[in-house]
Amino acid sequence: MIKNAAKKIYIILIFIFLYAPIFTLIVLSFNASRTRAKWGGFTVKWYVELFKNDAIMQALFNTLLIAFIASVTATIIGTIACISIMNLKKRTRALVIGITNIPMLNADIVTGISLMLLFISMGLRFGMGTILLSHITFCIPYVILSVMPRMKQLNPHTYEAALDLGAGPVYGFFKVVFPDILPGVLSGFLMAFTMSLDDFIITHFTKGAGVDTLSTKIYTEVKKGIKPEMYALSTLIFITVLILLLLVNKNPDEKTTKQLKSEKH
Amino acid sequence: MNKKLIDLQNISKSFDGQMILDDLNLYIRENEFLTLLGPSGCGKTTTLRILGGFETPDSGKVIFDDTDITKLPPNKRQLNTVFQKYALFTHMTIAENIAFGLKIKNKTKSYIDDKIKYALKLVNLDGYENRMPDSLSGGQQQRIAIARAIVNEPKVLLLDEPLGALDLKLRQDMQYELIRLKNELGITFIYVTHDQEEALTMSDTIVVMNQGYIQQIGTPESIYNEPENAFVADFIGDSNIISATMIEDKLVEILGTKFPCVDTGFGCNKPVDVVIRPEDVILSSPATGRIKGVVTHLIFKGVHYEMEVTANGYEWLVHSTGMFPVGTEVGIDVDPFNIQIMNKPASEDEEAVKIDE
Amino acid sequence: MNKKKMLGTPYFIWSVMFILVPLGMVFYYGLTDKSGAFTFENISAITSPEHSKALFLALLLSLIATVICLLLAYPLAMILCSMNINQHSFIVLIFILPMWMNFLLRTLAWQTLLEKTGVINNILTFLHLPTLNIINTPYAIIFGMVYNFLPFMVLPIYNSLTKIDGNVINAAQDLGANGLQVFTKITLPLTVPGIISGITMVFIPALTTFVISKLLGGSKILLIGNVVEEEFTQASNWHLGSGLSIVLMIFIIINMVISTIFDKDGEGSVL
Repeated sequence: MIKNAAKKIYIILIFIFLYAPIFTLIVLSFNASRTRAKWGGFTVKWYVELFKNDAIMQALFNTLLIAFIASVTATIIGTIACISIMNLKKRTRALVIGITNIPMLNADIVTGISLMLLFISMGLRFGMGTILLSHITFCIPYVILSVMPRMKQLNPHTYEAALDLGAGPVYGFFKVVFPDILPGVLSGFLMAFTMSLDDFIITHFTKGAGVDTLSTKIYTEVKKGIKPEMYALSTLIFITVLILLLLVNKNPDEKTTKQLKSEKH
Repeated sequence: MNKKLIDLQNISKSFDGQMILDDLNLYIRENEFLTLLGPSGCGKTTTLRILGGFETPDSGKVIFDDTDITKLPPNKRQLNTVFQKYALFTHMTIAENIAFGLKIKNKTKSYIDDKIKYALKLVNLDGYENRMPDSLSGGQQQRIAIARAIVNEPKVLLLDEPLGALDLKLRQDMQYELIRLKNELGITFIYVTHDQEEALTMSDTIVVMNQGYIQQIGTPESIYNEPENAFVADFIGDSNIISATMIEDKLVEILGTKFPCVDTGFGCNKPVDVVIRPEDVILSSPATGRIKGVVTHLIFKGVHYEMEVTANGYEWLVHSTGMFPVGTEVGIDVDPFNIQIMNKPASEDEEAVKIDE
Repeated sequence: MNKKKMLGTPYFIWSVMFILVPLGMVFYYGLTDKSGAFTFENISAITSPEHSKALFLALLLSLIATVICLLLAYPLAMILCSMNINQHSFIVLIFILPMWMNFLLRTLAWQTLLEKTGVINNILTFLHLPTLNIINTPYAIIFGMVYNFLPFMVLPIYNSLTKIDGNVINAAQDLGANGLQVFTKITLPLTVPGIISGITMVFIPALTTFVISKLLGGSKILLIGNVVEEEFTQASNWHLGSGLSIVLMIFIIINMVISTIFDKDGEGSVL
């Protein structure tokens, strides 16, 4: 019993460690004082100010737009790539997967500067376009990584059976293969979206002068002092995501527990 | 008779409020090959896991060699287990797998090396010391799992559906192998399976289980020839199970026709179930049979023909080396000693359930 | 068959264009000077006292952070695994969720918490404990590294733990192993792929970070990541920056090779 209590305390401590900064930011978003250092009383004015601050709203818009376009594009390219990777010969497949893993295993700073050098030598104008190209590049591996295992579990004969029964390749793919790999595609998309949203380093090297995402905006504000509106915004984002995830997770949760119970003996 | 080695007393166990074992009592003798047989979910694996020490019963005692071991952890028990799907240590060589238990007991290196050699020879895999488990076929992995268990010289070997993952031919070979091993080692085997053929081939004693209850304990012959209830009859082999009335001792009315039989003591005009094995149904010309019927299906099965005969509203399953074409009128008869009389199940719990395999 | 292979063409072109060619560019810049002539100077620049100090400090801090992450994560993963939570994705979620709060803001929040008169020190003073003055020191950088990268250590280890067949553990106990022996002989070796993958995922970003050192280390402590970043954004000496990146990549490649040796089937992946 002491052992169990120790386990619980350990988990709770780790969770305090992981979530303390988040809690701090939420508290700061209600802090009437402009500095982080002292508590100036409760206020919601930063939440009101937030929507009047064009620069922050523009950065938010950019961030979401980039995350959305990059993760959708990466999901499409990555899923299609998975189909063909599965059909490659063993050695070529290993090579392709090896190259795919590079952006994940490589340091972000190296990926960032390598893309920066590429864009410069291509003569591209730095801005939304270059950020998007970079984000798609580092998002694709996450999609492939989560779709590939699903693809491997797939029974190759179901697709053949669909063709045998008269389905065209595209129809057969969407009716038979796609539903099976969909969970992998979705989690890949979600992963890519999260990574894109949270990215700072690669954006830092590939953005142009005029364009800012939330991350880069925060980074430039570090020296001057973060605007409290930023805390309000990140609190809103976090709470929204938390509620969404709780809603999404509620139903499958009940289902799996029931399934597990019936499977057990 | 050998002495009792293991005694399970009033064992009950439930998971998530679901009763898996209900007041189970069972003893196992020294040097016995005992099989727990039943459909999935009948509690056989749970019984084995309680013996191995991986589960603790909610109530009841496990007595081993006159000592209560109910609460003893698995690593302190004098029995070893061969697990479903082998559970080999994939990060160790075959030799390291086999040596695992001996190293823990701090045996000398030469003793361990001798034991590895001996065990590999015993399971016909000499020279496999340095292979990795993943490079072996299912049948070979199975033998290694057995070798890994027996080098520890357990008094009892527990086997949990060890042949389940093998194909038919290999499974039959392994059955003979296991009987040979058991005779060479001279220890007790407790074997769990849902495969009735495996149970009949290898066991000294079969324990048929269903829904947490023991349905029947006996030798393979008695289980097959004299099933005590419809569940056992249905689970072991093919059979015709027919509702009937016991008119008096040695006379039973089946489907409106009186048949002489050999059973006594069921009372007069009592409803019973009768079991007649398909190979015991005698087909003849309509004139000589006790019941008249028509052949409705005929399949050639190699060793025998399988026929279905509709007679008095019941589809009789018949195995015979002779055949009658579909549509033929036939007579049906059964020798008195081939009619097995069983009491109707008294409660719902004992009722035969659909066998899910 | 050929049609299916053709489907991958856009991605193959993409990966050559945006993965391989850019890396080639880094090597090109790293091995040439401003006039375009071949040189090793950008790489040997790492031996200058200023650069080698930054590299050594980055190596030291990231190694310490990796070890702390491993020591914190392994017991945590084991506890999570033993809790029998049916929802595998729930665990992943708990560790991914903080990422939805911006990483820079989360790190900055530690500044607030760790400050001399910050929340943590107020609590410590209240409890009559000695105060913690680690802000703007290398300790704070380690702290930030552990905080940011701990989830990347927990998830692969948790994953490789859940993949262990319960019967393998049972078999070891059955053969006489006690709790400690089961751990050292079975559980630990079987989770090596997860550990290696976790080490890679913590060590590389920790070694190359420039943000954590900037936010928590004050402006005086320079890690190799800060040096490279400044060469690109302030000094605009891309050749030197690329040369130093090549040095960084040597460590990355060593790490990649080790991880592929230990994790052939990709067992220790995060997802």
